[in-house]
Amino acid sequence: MKPTVANHASDWPAYLANMAASTRQPSLQRFYKAEWPAADTPLSEVEFIALDIETTGLNPKRHSILSIGAVPFTLGRIRSNQAWQQLVRPHSDLIPESVVFHRITHSDIRQAPRFAQIMDSLVDQLAGRVAVVHYRNIERNFIDQAVRQAFGESLLFPMVDTMQIEADLHPQRQPGWLLRLLGRKPLSIRLADSRTRYNLPLYQAHHALTDALGTAELLQAQVATHLSPRQHLGDLWC
Amino acid sequence: MQVELIEIRDHLSRFAPFDELPEETLDETASQVQVQYYKAGTLILEAGQDITDLHYIRSGAVEILRRNGELFNRLGEGDIFGQASLRRDSRVRFPARALEDTLIYFIPGVLFSQLNESFDNFADFVDTEGSGRLRSAIELQGRANELMKVRVNKLISRPPVMLDAQASVHQAATVMTDQSVSALLITEPMADDPQQRRVVGIITDRDFRTRVVSEALPPETPLQHIMSADPITLQSNDSVFEAILCMLRHNIHHLPILNRRRPVGLINLADVIRYQSQSSLYLVNDIFNRQSIAELQGLVPDVRATFVRMVEDDASAHMIGSAMSSIGRSFIQRLVDLAEAQLGPPPVPYCFMVMGSMARDEQLIVTDQDNALVLDDRFDPAEHDDYFLRLATFVSDGLAACGYTYCKGDIMATNQRWRQPLAVWKNYFNDWIERPNPQTLLNSNIFFDLEAVSGQTDFVEQLHELIATRASGNQRFLALLARNSLNRTPPLGIFRTFVMEQDGRQKNIINIKGRGTAPLTDLIRVHALACGSTAQSSVDRLDDIAKTRLMPPESVDRLRYALEFLSLARIRHQALDIREKREPDNYIEPENVSAAERHGLKDAFQILSNAQKFLRYRYPHTTGDGRP
Repeated sequence: MKPTVANHASDWPAYLANMAASTRQPSLQRFYKAEWPAADTPLSEVEFIALDIETTGLNPKRHSILSIGAVPFTLGRIRSNQAWQQLVRPHSDLIPESVVFHRITHSDIRQAPRFAQIMDSLVDQLAGRVAVVHYRNIERNFIDQAVRQAFGESLLFPMVDTMQIEADLHPQRQPGWLLRLLGRKPLSIRLADSRTRYNLPLYQAHHALTDALGTAELLQAQVATHLSPRQHLGDLWC
Repeated sequence: MQVELIEIRDHLSRFAPFDELPEETLDETASQVQVQYYKAGTLILEAGQDITDLHYIRSGAVEILRRNGELFNRLGEGDIFGQASLRRDSRVRFPARALEDTLIYFIPGVLFSQLNESFDNFADFVDTEGSGRLRSAIELQGRANELMKVRVNKLISRPPVMLDAQASVHQAATVMTDQSVSALLITEPMADDPQQRRVVGIITDRDFRTRVVSEALPPETPLQHIMSADPITLQSNDSVFEAILCMLRHNIHHLPILNRRRPVGLINLADVIRYQSQSSLYLVNDIFNRQSIAELQGLVPDVRATFVRMVEDDASAHMIGSAMSSIGRSFIQRLVDLAEAQLGPPPVPYCFMVMGSMARDEQLIVTDQDNALVLDDRFDPAEHDDYFLRLATFVSDGLAACGYTYCKGDIMATNQRWRQPLAVWKNYFNDWIERPNPQTLLNSNIFFDLEAVSGQTDFVEQLHELIATRASGNQRFLALLARNSLNRTPPLGIFRTFVMEQDGRQKNIINIKGRGTAPLTDLIRVHALACGSTAQSSVDRLDDIAKTRLMPPESVDRLRYALEFLSLARIRHQALDIREKREPDNYIEPENVSAAERHGLKDAFQILSNAQKFLRYRYPHTTGDGRP
């Protein structure tokens, strides 16, 4: 049975400990047994890793991961010099739209390894670090699905979602019917638009590593502007 | 696969001193960068703390403070700080604070030391802060030299327009029309980094004629059947000179520019032979064929178009200024011809002269008319003045019709005071130089840039000689002229959204003429007069100044650079105004200034500010009785 996000959001440490005991796959066992931060850890002490994946489409059941980018960071420093990226050969067919979107085509991924071959290095990157993503449904569901397909096990872990933070900051982002009539546009919480609100520079979109870097910068900006470094990790992870 | 953060590398590659690093070194540097966001107002470096990294501003603005909290410097995108502390004892000397929301790149101190040791240019830049940038800009003097030194990527005005090899001929034609380009790059994804494109071919307008239409190919033909495969390419750090050689050698008119394998631009022959813009010559020819003021007036759009075209052709400020002045003088000459045709031959010889920017060969698009008449000494007001007033009025009205607005200070030949025999003019100048007072000098300043346009040019040459001999020895005159030129000062810096004044105030607009080019040409005029130079253009005056020991050669070069840069900034913004259908003016909004331009402006303002300090010291103010 797949646990829902809401269930363990309140108790990630218990979930991770539970999985460490039950998993049989060695690298997943290593991953779950890593030293994970407690919910009351201040944000300033958390080891984060910004994570972004590019996929062949939006449905984790039908589409696949094409590339993964990750950048470790803390509130005090983005370690872009330790960035990690990986191209993945998908199982599903590439559909034309996504080719245009990511500019990744058949010939490019012919030499790329399958997800099963790169999962070890992926989980070694992620172990003990809190993943930071912009819109968690993509990263969470695609990685989980890929691990299920490869090893028949689930891979879920705590995430901080910068898009969720933006959504919580702007609960009224849909203007009322009157304002809409007057031409007011809903406030966008897409990565590029969110970054603009913090005066972060424009980056080339849909490049996994660049988006990961952009997400790390965005979390730093969000904490510096609206949150506190003393705030507990448990308030944000989900 | 190599992990490359394109955003970091590309940004570094655009700013000194990193822009001069070899590709591999730049890659290595980019791969070692760390990043940090600072909210506006937060402290980045505290005095006395350890420092391990060079700080590079990716975006935002930073102020460097003295220990007592006074402002020391303000920096913007692409600037570096912390280098002095790193090289001394790795303790922060000057605290740094984020002035805007700021993204900082950290470059490890160890790597920074290696770069300093391995690359002289890098070390020079870091040592001298701003003036390294300056020197490299000044070394680009002289056409041949420039062609050798300017990298071809400077010619790239837009990203290349690209299509896939599978796209159809019809798609290509549509894209080329939409984007108004004469050539397309045909690309496919790179095998080892699929998010990047690699060039596999090129298609030009000509290919459509020779390969599509003449062969009657259907519009759905894939581009790979008609493209020129594997075109000759150049690297973005190759020189313009290499680009010319390459085009000549292979007889091609389009050249894709790559950054390693990544296409970054497509230049054509016109981009390369930009240094000589011929179009102004056609316009001058046109001016002399017009038969009336109304007909001349019809050329006004052409004047603006010529100006914009020269800017787009990347002509230098000096070339544009000379061309626009030539055009202005042609208008006057033609108007004088038309006036004489109407009024009959002049009763006594005369010279029609101009002052100010047209005399200096530095005229731009926003300009008023400053002119005067020097008449033969046989001139008899009662008998002849009616003729010359009518001539002056004809020319002045004609100029106004052609966009050269009337002079607000009434410095025009229509004013009787400025329509006088040579002897009177000589008295004017004697008086201004021998008995100077601040107010009269302020008004007569403009007469110290003087050029004959039509008639007896030797009248004006006599005035040049007189000025050169009298002015150079007169300390009080020079001191007052210097003092007047210090009335206008440059701002401290220019940032993404505002201009920083010397006293820390912020403004959102800057008069680039009043705060930049005008005080600079004033300053150059003072030195030139002190040297006894008869030159009128600032560029020629600087040459004359360089021949004396008045100031070190580097200082002259710095002024040259600042003049070119400030003038170009003003020119570019006027061209932008015209293109966007606004009335061109001398105001620059910092928001319309690119990061690179901001750098140059800041340097140029700094140079002007230092030069003004030197001017004050060199021509000390004296009291009314002539004693210091």
